[in-house]
Amino acid sequence: MPERLIEVKDLEVNFHTEDGVVKAVDGVSFELQRGQVLGIVGESGSGKSVTAMTLLGLTRDSNTSFGGEVIYKGRNVLDMNEDELQDVRGNEMSMIFQDPMTSLNPVYSIGMQIGEAIRVHQRADKAQARRRAIDLLRQVGIPNAESRVDNYPHEFSGGMRQRAMIAMALACNPDVLIADEPTTALDVTIQAQIIELIDRLKDEFNSAVILITHDLGVVADVADEIIVMYAGRVSSEPRSVRSSTTRSTRTPGACSGRSRASTVRSRSVCTRSRGRRRR
Amino acid sequence: MVPFLIRRLIGMVFVLFAVSVLVFFVFIWLPGGDPAQRMAGKNPTPENIHNIREKWGFDKPIYVQYVRMMQKAANGFLPGKHGEYDILSSFQNRQNVAKEIKKGIPATFSLCIGAAIIWLSFGILVGVISAVYAGRFSDRLITVFALIGISMPVFWLGLMSRYVFAEGHPFSIFPDGEYVPLTVNPWQWFVHLLMPWWVLAVLFIGFYGRVLRGNILDTINEDYVRTAKAKGLPAKRVMVKHVLRNSLIPIVTLFGLDFAAVLGGSAILTETVFNLKGVGQYAADSVQSLDLPPIMGVTIYATFFIVLFSVFVDLLYAWLDPRIRPT
Repeated sequence: MPERLIEVKDLEVNFHTEDGVVKAVDGVSFELQRGQVLGIVGESGSGKSVTAMTLLGLTRDSNTSFGGEVIYKGRNVLDMNEDELQDVRGNEMSMIFQDPMTSLNPVYSIGMQIGEAIRVHQRADKAQARRRAIDLLRQVGIPNAESRVDNYPHEFSGGMRQRAMIAMALACNPDVLIADEPTTALDVTIQAQIIELIDRLKDEFNSAVILITHDLGVVADVADEIIVMYAGRVSSEPRSVRSSTTRSTRTPGACSGRSRASTVRSRSVCTRSRGRRRR
Repeated sequence: MVPFLIRRLIGMVFVLFAVSVLVFFVFIWLPGGDPAQRMAGKNPTPENIHNIREKWGFDKPIYVQYVRMMQKAANGFLPGKHGEYDILSSFQNRQNVAKEIKKGIPATFSLCIGAAIIWLSFGILVGVISAVYAGRFSDRLITVFALIGISMPVFWLGLMSRYVFAEGHPFSIFPDGEYVPLTVNPWQWFVHLLMPWWVLAVLFIGFYGRVLRGNILDTINEDYVRTAKAKGLPAKRVMVKHVLRNSLIPIVTLFGLDFAAVLGGSAILTETVFNLKGVGQYAADSVQSLDLPPIMGVTIYATFFIVLFSVFVDLLYAWLDPRIRPT
């Protein structure tokens, strides 16, 4: 019996602007089990990032209102206060963002930024946090982690920065890892590696992954289930996609081929949806 | 780091040289007229003028005069005995310019350092508060006060605060001007400077508060701030370590240059209003009596600090922002 980590029921997120209310997410429901990879696919503006950020309470603001429920291990995230949210964020649920070039603070070393979450959540001291940061960097495939840990973000390449972001997200062994377009800002060969890495680490850390992307090819191979979002709604029922056979046949060579095919596929998705634009 | 420092120090020497040449030409050469005649007073005899011209070297070519002047300025600083005409001295009362500047330095430094501490801490406080409450009532109130602060000229604010708070006036809280050396009586030093510090700092508090507010509001929307929040850091830590740290980098530049400018004589008005007898007031008095050597001396003194602080700022900048650290 798989353990259910997240249950989203009829989630609504509304932004109140001067020009009226924008329904960014409108009745989204899904479930996430431990060990599962859930893909959320959709064009830009479809509400997938807002959904993901809402899971962590990051969309909270004076002019945002919510509806529905986000149940994480029996507790509703939408009802949590700031302190409870802080305990969940980065500790039990963590997030990887789209652009690794701007998502790391330029004035702190990589090691400090990875260790920060460990120090806050596990009350570790500086040396412990640093040792853990080195371990994590090694796990995400950064060579010479002992010396690289003291580097600053501008001394890392884009792919390395995304690896560092992943290390940061995994620092406290979270149950849920939310990856918001983790490969969009990276070039094609790196994309495949990063997805591979997330998939592998998910098993190592025994957590679940929500993988958000507009690139169908990216999710097709790793996701157990895919939901497609359009204009704030789920436009298709969750479907199981991954069978045991596709997984075992995946090879490094197939990865680069897959990425190229994926760009073609995603472009066709875009052209189809353009005809149905709202305004 | 060391080659960078050496390069900057060499550059500093060049800037000082260029400024001294410029100042020399602007003040000594451009005004025209015969300085000897000016110094000789009313109805001089021709021998008198001739004498002065020879002793002061006004009959020599212009570049020789420049070199002589620099020698004199250096002699003024160096210990040991020098002849009356071998040091840079005022046309007016023959006082050693270097000595007079040195005399004014304690007052000027006390004023500027104290005011800088006030304006930096309150400027940051005001900026953070108005950024945190951006758009709300307290932010608007602070904005109004900041604009009032920026709009009040120092000479007006100084005179008004003396008129209200100084001894013998309605509130009679603070002594009315004058400088008491720190070594003589620390408490009196503090009390005497309290009013001048605030008068000088008010403008900068308003200005820094506004600049920092804008910087913070820009930084708060950065992706790395969202990352910090997603890591589950407490709001205070996000604000201080991730937002404020990055927002302060431009403030450092501003502060370095403002502080150097204030040290180098921008405090003229404050010093004069409160009669602190600092370097700025010395410069102001000299300008009034068209006494060229002191003006020149003060200008070079000011340049020295401005250039020195811009080196400091660069070092501080590199410390704050690893991206521009010279490798």
